[in-house]
Amino acid sequence: MSDAAARVPVEKTYKIYIGGKFPRTESGRFFALQDHKGAVIANICRGSRKDFRNAVVAARGAVSGWSGATAYLRGQILYRIAELLEGRHDQFVTELVLQGVSKRKAKNEVNATVDRLIYYAGWADKYQQVFSSVNPVASSHFNFSVLEPTGVVSMLAPEESGLLGLVSNIAPAIVGGNTCVVLASESMPLCAISFAEVLHASDVPGGVVNILTGFREELTTHFASHMDVNAIVYCDGDVDVATSVQIEAAENMKRVISRVDAEWVGDNGQSPYFIRDTQETKTTWHPIGG
Amino acid sequence: MDSQSNKLAFNDGWQYAPAPESTDHIQIDDKYDLFIGGEFVAPEEGRYFETINPATEATLSSVAMAGDADIDRAVKAARKAYNGPWSKMKASERGKYIFRIARMLQERAREFATIESLDGGKPIRESRDIDIPLAAAHFFYYAGWADKLAYAFPGRNTRSLGVAAQIIPWNFPLLMAAWKIAPALACGNTVVLKPAETTPLTAMKLAELIQDVGLPPGVVNIVTGAGETGATMVNHPDVDKIAFTGSTSVGRIIQKSLAGTKKKYTLELGGKAANIIFEDAAIDQAVEGIVNGIFFNQGHVCCAGSRLLVQESVADEVIQKLRDRMETLIVGDPLDKNTDIGAINSAEQLDTIHSYLKIGQDEGAEMYQSSCEIPASGYWCRPTIFTGVSQSNRIVQEEIFGPVLAIQTFRTLEEGLTKANNTPYGLSGGVWTDKGAKIFKVTQAIRAGVIWANTFNKFDPTSPFGGYKESGVGREGGLHGLDAYVRVEA
Repeated sequence: MSDAAARVPVEKTYKIYIGGKFPRTESGRFFALQDHKGAVIANICRGSRKDFRNAVVAARGAVSGWSGATAYLRGQILYRIAELLEGRHDQFVTELVLQGVSKRKAKNEVNATVDRLIYYAGWADKYQQVFSSVNPVASSHFNFSVLEPTGVVSMLAPEESGLLGLVSNIAPAIVGGNTCVVLASESMPLCAISFAEVLHASDVPGGVVNILTGFREELTTHFASHMDVNAIVYCDGDVDVATSVQIEAAENMKRVISRVDAEWVGDNGQSPYFIRDTQETKTTWHPIGG
Repeated sequence: MDSQSNKLAFNDGWQYAPAPESTDHIQIDDKYDLFIGGEFVAPEEGRYFETINPATEATLSSVAMAGDADIDRAVKAARKAYNGPWSKMKASERGKYIFRIARMLQERAREFATIESLDGGKPIRESRDIDIPLAAAHFFYYAGWADKLAYAFPGRNTRSLGVAAQIIPWNFPLLMAAWKIAPALACGNTVVLKPAETTPLTAMKLAELIQDVGLPPGVVNIVTGAGETGATMVNHPDVDKIAFTGSTSVGRIIQKSLAGTKKKYTLELGGKAANIIFEDAAIDQAVEGIVNGIFFNQGHVCCAGSRLLVQESVADEVIQKLRDRMETLIVGDPLDKNTDIGAINSAEQLDTIHSYLKIGQDEGAEMYQSSCEIPASGYWCRPTIFTGVSQSNRIVQEEIFGPVLAIQTFRTLEEGLTKANNTPYGLSGGVWTDKGAKIFKVTQAIRAGVIWANTFNKFDPTSPFGGYKESGVGREGGLHGLDAYVRVEA
């Protein structure tokens, strides 16, 4: 036993996740994440605008492959994420506890996150049937409307819900064929990076989900203003934040999705309407005739 | 084969006799006030502006210039009607009022069509066969939704929003009014609608019709004015929803000015649609599709097929046939049933088109216009095509909103798709090919909200319409158009 007690634990370096790789921030900056007693838990990458831009390039590059994947495949991959998260249950509980969540709540949060992934895995090949339509036009045409992913979605994940809130926003976007760049909770970033490792092992193609850590105040403007992002989801902030996000998003007519009032715990935290938020409706006409 | 020698000489020896729609059955007042709270009321500041016939430049009528106080009055009337009868009314009864509007519009279709062509310059054939019937159909379609909303949003309850401020353009004046008002009312909202400055008359006739059908006062309010009037509506604190159709630049301003508010919005903005012709297309049909795509309604169509992408192997043939077909198009009196292309909507828009014709030539593109005669007075533009354009040219990237087509060629399907998607817009697109598999590939790959395959510029109340990217946010029409006028509850 004495050998074990003397063993020096190996601590994890938390890095960011871009294009299926785990680089450090290009800026070389970090911030120290502290527990409630002020002890340092880990050093966290303080991501930069350049990291974000690199992530958007990766996300854009992944759009055609991921949106072109079959719904069945996307559903299986979401299920796979859930399987691997379940297997690493204890690690996520430990991280949540380190970040100040009670053990009981942490266990519930990890369980709920796994279940949420299963919920969206099941929607992969069904939301289209619920939301699409064949339109009985009054002329000799076959006309139908289907949903298509809007493209690249930037996300400011919920600050107070480091795992469940994060996954509750990523899952509906990617199950619908979008790719995303996510800014993790600033005060609870550990699970986001560990979740990236789960994604990485789950056959999610590189670039489909990109996760950055860093400062809200510094990065929000870039998430809102980038011209090659199609939609922005934000989950926190007062009216000033909402105003600046919406003004900057308007530059390229981004779809702006506010989930400020959402409750991630419980059934209201999941819905096919969250999938629909980042979908476009495409209507196609073709003549009927000989 | 010498296509010149085989082409039909439509204009040699045969002339079309004039076939004008009569105007003796219509009634246009000298002056129109604002329609607020079910009554026609004079604008507080007493200002009016003239609306003219763009085909003759003759004044048709004067309409009120609504100021801030008038907009406030209209919003208050709409709020009162919302809190009062409208939001409390049984949905099926609400629907019956909307059905009434549809039926009355069908009855008065000829009158509305004639006024639409007089005020806006569009050919009577289009206002008679497309604008007015579709407007009536839109009311009829959404009337039926009023008591069936639960079926449109599975698993969720919905609530009406309240007061909708709606701002519409001049290219399809009555039809756009119908697109805006019908779903808003069906979902239980009340509205303040502003028609475009140059085309207010059919909206004011609609106000009269709404009065006649006995819609409760204040459920629909119609105010006339200019851009500032619209801005006042957007910024009014007691408005819950903004619906705007117009340019992307104004849409962007609106989206920004709504930042930080809880107002819901839908924006139908500009477009620069690619009409893609593959070598295996039925070429003659495709040429008809190109003509319909860009010359319908003088090209004053946000979803116009203003970019032609033609596969290189058939480019010469397609362009020659297009030129031949353009020679047969009749530009002139909008009220003449033979007219294919009517008047440009306003002097201002004609200036915009002319500036783009100059830009296109300055950029090095080759311009070709048909040789048709155009009337001496009024605003006119001959059908125009540009060849030798490149992807970065302004006439390829920017919306002109006139009968001006930019033609590019491509070799492979991938090249065609890349060019098609290479603008900030994503409203519509077209593809012409006889291969089914290719149709599905292309219709999926075009990043736009409405795709026409082997057809173009078709519209229907049941068919959702709206853009990807910078062509706007939200859909109008069909089941999907309901979403713009309800709040989906958790």
